[in-house]
Order: sequence, then C-alpha cells, then structure tokens
Amino acid sequence: MKIHEYQAKDIFGKSGIPVPNGQVVASSDEATKVCQIINGPPWVVKAQVHAGGRGKGGGVKVVHYPYEVVTAAESLLGKALVTPQTGSEGVKVHQVLIEEGVDIDREFYLGMVINRAKARPAMIFSQAGGMTIEEVASQTPELIWTEYVEPTAGWMPHQGRNLVYRLDPLPSPGAIRQLMAAMASIYKVFRTLDCSLVEVNPLVITASGRVLALDAKINIDDNSLFRQKEILRLDDSSEKDPLELMAEKYNLNYIRLGGNIGAMVNGAGLAMATMDVIKLAGAEPANFLDVGGGASEEMITKGFEIILQDKRVKAILINIFGGILRCDVLARGVLKAAENVHIEVPLIVRLEGTNVEEGRKILEESNLDFLVARDLAEAAGLVAKQVNKVD
Amino acid sequence: MSILVDENSRVVVQGITGKEGSFHAGQMIEYGTRIAAGVTPGKGGTSLEEIPVFNTVREAVEKEGANVSCIFVPPPFAADAIIEAAAAGIEVIVCITEGIPVLDMVKVASFLKEKKSVLIGPNCPGIISPGKTKVGIMPGPIHRSGTMGVISRSGTLTYEVVDQLTKAGLGQSTCIGVGGDPIIGTSFIDHLKRFKEDPETEGVVLIGEIGGTAEEEAADYIEKEFGKPVLAFIAGRTAPPGRRMGHAGAIISGGQGKAEDKIRALQDAEITVVVNLADLGSTAAEVMNAA
Repeated sequence: MKIHEYQAKDIFGKSGIPVPNGQVVASSDEATKVCQIINGPPWVVKAQVHAGGRGKGGGVKVVHYPYEVVTAAESLLGKALVTPQTGSEGVKVHQVLIEEGVDIDREFYLGMVINRAKARPAMIFSQAGGMTIEEVASQTPELIWTEYVEPTAGWMPHQGRNLVYRLDPLPSPGAIRQLMAAMASIYKVFRTLDCSLVEVNPLVITASGRVLALDAKINIDDNSLFRQKEILRLDDSSEKDPLELMAEKYNLNYIRLGGNIGAMVNGAGLAMATMDVIKLAGAEPANFLDVGGGASEEMITKGFEIILQDKRVKAILINIFGGILRCDVLARGVLKAAENVHIEVPLIVRLEGTNVEEGRKILEESNLDFLVARDLAEAAGLVAKQVNKVD
Repeated sequence: MSILVDENSRVVVQGITGKEGSFHAGQMIEYGTRIAAGVTPGKGGTSLEEIPVFNTVREAVEKEGANVSCIFVPPPFAADAIIEAAAAGIEVIVCITEGIPVLDMVKVASFLKEKKSVLIGPNCPGIISPGKTKVGIMPGPIHRSGTMGVISRSGTLTYEVVDQLTKAGLGQSTCIGVGGDPIIGTSFIDHLKRFKEDPETEGVVLIGEIGGTAEEEAADYIEKEFGKPVLAFIAGRTAPPGRRMGHAGAIISGGQGKAEDKIRALQDAEITVVVNLADLGSTAAEVMNAA
C-alpha cells in the first residue's frame, strides 16, 4: 500500500525525523490562507499523488510570491499529472502540499528496503541525493552505501557511523548526530509500520546546519495490513482505478493494463504467462487478473464481471489450470456472471486440470457462446484470430 | 531417486483441522503420502480420519517420528509455525501459507540460519516426487515419475509446465515450488545443487518470474558448475514496473527484476529459454533428446 508524501511526512515528524513546515490543501482558497501561515518566500507547491517522478512531470513548483502559491496550486489541483511513472493519461491531483522553501547546503539519499537475497532490511545511503537512485545504482554503484539490519540486534549506532563517516567532506558534528538519528528513526518507522519501502530523497543539510527530509515516501507491506489498522485509514481510494478498487473488495488480484484482450486466470504466474502469450499472439492484454489458486464461484463471477465492465475489451481469454480451483466451479462462476451481464465480445475458454471434463460439459450444455481451446497454443491462436477480426 | 522427500517421509500437517489443512491432508493421503500426524493447538488428543492430532510439533516428532512438515497455518501465525517446526527438528518444512508479513520472514530466515531444516516456500504449492509422495497442494494426476527436475516460483504455472512435460513423455523426479514471496526459505540454486547430486535427475526446468534476482544468480551457478541440461521459462515479460503481479515477490522495482534481464542472463549462460509457454513441452523434449 502506498501513502501520500504529506502523510509520510506526518509520520516522520512524529517519529523524530525533521521535515519542513507545510500544510496540505485541496483548494485555491485554502492555498491563499496557508501561504500566510507557512514561512516564505520561497514556497514549494507539491502535487500529492502516489506516482513517483513528480518533479519531472511538473508536479513540484518553487515560487516566490504568495499569489504564485495560489496559481501553482490552481495549476495542479483537479488536473491530470503525467510523470515517467504514470500512463499517458496521468493521475488526477486532488491535494497539494505547500511547504516553506529551504536553503540547501548538501543533499543525500536515504532509504530502507528489504534485500531479498540477504533476507534483511537494508539501509541505503548516498551522497548522490536528489537524483533517481536507480540511475545512480546502475551508473555509479560505488556512490551507494548499504548496511543490513540483523533482526534480533536491530539497527545499531555503529551502522550509522559506518555510513556517515564515509562522507567527504565530513559534515559538522551536529549534522552527523542528526543524520545518525534520522537513520535510527527510519528503521524504527520501517519496523513498526511493516514497511516495504521508506525513502527520503533528498535528505538535506540546510545552510544553517539542520538535517531535513525534503521528500518522504512510505510503502506498506500489503501482507501486514491485518496488523496495521491505523495505516489503513491513510489509504486513498481516489488514487486507484475503479475496476482495481472493485477487485480489491473481492480479494482478486486485478491490474488494469493498456490493451484490449481481457484475461481471467487462476494463479499469478500463469496469469503473467497468459499475458505474455497474448502479446506473442500479436495482441495486448487489457488486464492482469489472478482469481487465486482456490477461488470460489463468487470470486469467479466477480472477476468475470470486472472484465466485462471494461469497455475497451474486444475479446476475453479464460485460462484455468484446475488445482485447488476445480474446473466445474469455474464454469458455474462464469455462467452466473453471464446471466447478469450480456457478453458482446468473443470468449475463448481453455480449461485443464481437476474436474476438467465436468467443467467443459457445464459450459457446453449452457447457452453461452464461446470458443474452446484444448491447450495454450490453441488459445493463443484463437486470441490472435479474434484480434485480427476486430482490426 | 528424488530429492528432499520420498515414500519414507513422515509428514506432519500443521493446521490440519482448518479448511485447507484437512482438505489437502486428505488429498495427500489419497496420493499415497504418509501423513504421520497433525498439529492444531488446543485440539491435541483428537484425531482426523485416524491421523493423531497434537498441540505441538514437538509431540508429533517425538510420538510419530514426523520428519517433514506441511504448513497451512493462517498468515499471522505462520512464521511461528515455521520456527516451531525447525525448533522441533523437522528436516523439510513446506509452507503453503500465502500472505506472511515480510518482516516476519526476516525473523524466520535469521532463525533458520542456525538450523539444518530446509524451508520450501512460503506461498508455494509444495513438493512432489511423483509416485512416491506429495507434500503440498498440486494436483497429483498430472505428474509422472521420471527424470526431469522442476523448480518454480509459481503454483498453477508449474502445473501447466508439468502437464506439458508429462504429455511430451517427460516424467519428473521431483517438482518443487519455491514460493512467490520476496523472502523464501530456499531458492533455485539450493535445489539445483540437490538435482546435480541426484543421479536420477537428467535435466531441470526452471520456472521464474519478474522480481528479485534469483534467476540471474541461478544462471551464474548453472553456467559455472551445474552440468545437466536446463530449460527456463520466465513469466511477466508484459508486466508493468512497480506493480505487484499477484505474488508479493513479483514486482519490478528499483530497476531490478525485469523479465528481459533474467532472460538475457539465462541465455548468456547458454540455457534454453522458452519464450512461448505453449512450446515448453515440445522444446523440453527436443533439448532432452539432444542431450
């Protein structure tokens, strides 16, 4: 789960990681009031969307007069922001964060993620602050310094020293203390909130020697949400695609993509592979939909309904390898969905595995209009044929 | 031969009285697996279809000689269940549970470093040695006993692959689902090493997906020392970056985990990478006939 920058900064502030003074607003009226409370000039006006790369997309504006704060807020609010991490249609900005401008002396990158191979949280620190960390990692990996956290010991002060005392030139003793305190707090936030990512880019030392988090990004491990009820309140459903939101309600893994072939598959790996097969057949998948290894009839029905609601879909491929999910359950779920929604596009069904004969029979005896594929190769061929027809 | 489990494995099912646990315990027995015991805290002393149920794994080990565990415990309690099994001396722990918090798995991984137990999963279909034993949830009938090893990060995708192998006349020595989570007990290399030592295994199919770098690491190992034919398939060539594709571990992040990078690493190691999943069975037959 992702949260907004202002929410992450609120958490930072409460956890002892200093952030600039700022306030989030949703209208230009509020912006007018806020720029009288927040110190400036300059002010920074930042679009609050989950997508990264906001700076490159024009979502961060530095302004010098109060009226500019308002114009900047107006130019962002209610508009779609396109960044390198959004699609071409962008994401709508509902809120902007107005902050005091800061006189920057030095910039750093500070972040924590899980290192899979080491099975430990990794604190990542770099002098190359403010830049895209992926680019730094691939072009100048020597600029990225890492410390791994052993879970029983937790983050230890010497690890902070290992990172900070590599800096050249060395910051003032006061700034060193603040940097190390920020690292300890980042780990504390990471652990207590079950984060999958905490990132500050840039973390700065100001001209007056203060360490400040100018940006804040926190992602929560979805698997931990059952014990992070407080964080769940920060979930912003306006950031989500309506069909994805509907899928979430029914515990379905659905991701909307750019193409026009709807796909319903059981199991994440097979769902990805099916998308790949669709692409190889010369078409583009409209979605990723994994109904789960052990989907119920209701989940199948809901999943199928979601695909049918996607008006871009020109053909649908159902690819099920029955294991725990039996093919007869799948067939009944599909028929139930077809009762409620009229299917106007070609439907290709490929069933294999547990109770496959029964599943095929249920579909064949119904008045549902569909094409049977005996195997994956045939399914791909049929998809391609349908696409060509559509074109 | 097979690796890790065989007809002598004595399996304890943790969470045996739950919906999934009881259903799959039945399925495993039907396949021929020796289910020695079940564990559900608070239900010790009862039995399920003549399987004795205990409160703790330790009792199941002491009284029934269980040496393999299959875990169906819900996510909030699953990390404890894995550690309990390892502490009780279980040799092979198979954790089916999906949805364990990553930081719980950090603790588990740290604990297991000091133990001899081998953890398969979590978030996996389990392990099967066709004709001998099945410890997991995969459909038994699609498997045939034979000489191919299968290692996969996926569930149903593995069934698809196994089905194609069987239909192409290639049986399997052992099939292992290592799990779709970011932190898993054992990965490709751990099992490749076992398949290398297993005289019955003549070739291996490796099924990877986006996220992490396990495939790249496996490619490096295979190139240096594996010595048997390997076929690979990587799912998620069309997956967008930054999105979790069903599996918690299937995400391209920080520029890492792209399918193209994995495919390139495997091809650079002269491993046959199957591009179209539909061709896997026939390609495997070609590769194995040529070997």
